[in-house]
Amino acid sequence: MTDVTAEGGKNTPSSPPLASSGRAPGRGRRDWPLYEVFVRGKRGLNHVHVGSLHAPDDEMAVHAARDVYTRRNEGVSIWVVKAAAITASSPDEKDPMFAPSGDKVYRHPTFYEIPDNVPHM
Amino acid sequence: MSAPTLDRPAAPDEVALQAQFDATIAADHRIEPRDWMPEAYRKGLIRQIAQHAHSEIIGMQPEGDWLLAAPSLRRKAILLAKVQDEAGHGMYLYSAAETLGADRADLTDKLIERKQKYSSIFNYPTQTYADVGVIGWLVDGAAICNQVPLCRSSYGPYARAMIRVCKEESFHQRQGFELLMTMMGGTGAQRAMVQDAVDRWWWPSLMMFGPPDDDSPNSAQSMKWGVKRHSNDELRQRFVDMTVPQAAVLGVTLPDPELALDPETGRYRFGAIDWDEFKQVLAGKGPCNDERIARRRAARDDNAWVTEAATAYADKHAS
Repeated sequence: MTDVTAEGGKNTPSSPPLASSGRAPGRGRRDWPLYEVFVRGKRGLNHVHVGSLHAPDDEMAVHAARDVYTRRNEGVSIWVVKAAAITASSPDEKDPMFAPSGDKVYRHPTFYEIPDNVPHM
Repeated sequence: MSAPTLDRPAAPDEVALQAQFDATIAADHRIEPRDWMPEAYRKGLIRQIAQHAHSEIIGMQPEGDWLLAAPSLRRKAILLAKVQDEAGHGMYLYSAAETLGADRADLTDKLIERKQKYSSIFNYPTQTYADVGVIGWLVDGAAICNQVPLCRSSYGPYARAMIRVCKEESFHQRQGFELLMTMMGGTGAQRAMVQDAVDRWWWPSLMMFGPPDDDSPNSAQSMKWGVKRHSNDELRQRFVDMTVPQAAVLGVTLPDPELALDPETGRYRFGAIDWDEFKQVLAGKGPCNDERIARRRAARDDNAWVTEAATAYADKHAS
């Protein structure tokens, strides 16, 4: 059991590791790091997270991602990132992280009243 | 709750967390991996997603048996693509299970040790090529009925995996139906082969929706949490209603003398399902349970050297 959880990055706060079934681990897939996979659907779009997989190294992760996530031309580009390299904000910090923007309504164009007879605004 | 100690922060207020979780479910918003969730929700989801993933992986076997005996290159390419999809679906689902803290190698071990289940349907043998068509039509058709509502499951990664699966599943059902239509346009022997396959797969397909509502221990809680959206019996009824007209177009008879349209409800009544058979198969006594598990075990053990070699290669090139 690693300390990295898919889509959770490092140290997922709310998920204690589940007990392993205790089979003696060989040097096999069990030791392969977890990668998060991002696919660019077509030129002009962002890479979007599609899922995760395990692979022995970065290159194999790209190959595996191609087989698992793009069997039908779903993408033109793939990113793979070791899940351990992702640092995510925690849902517990939702308020300190995102609340400050909540009361800054003046950042939105609709905050400002402009008469209807002003064109092109 | 014990008093907080200096070196360990106080446990977050479970009541407040539970309230936040309940509010998210009530608002029909999605629960995401880093959100707090009740342990029973996490465990129930791991059980369901793992069972679903195992079904995709074991599901490669009955059809995979025909890969080297496909009647034409076209059919072989189609079947190969379909079996690859099942592998992919298993991977999406294991990936979703891992967002809950499960470990996919552990899940595979639990499958092989029979500590976790997979769909009972894959414990029946594929006797002729018509079975490939009937699996696409009925088994994948039933799977679609089950999976479409799961695209709105309350757990984000599971719902997203289901959207991906459902997009691909439609090809599975259509290739099966087309295969059967082709056979029905062939010789009398080919038509008989299709009817025989339908006779064997119809009832097990109905069992795929799980036990009846009054005998489904996990259903109520699962629906309360929005993991499941419809009851087993409701989905089964939907499947029957969708399938009967398709059977008519195909020109096969569904093996149920009690099957009849209820003019009042506009839905089809059907005969009693043999739940004893279902329980026997789930208990490991179906025609192919041992064979399926043995082959999955062999795949894990006999191919271990490949993963070990890949690890050794990666280690060598990392330094």
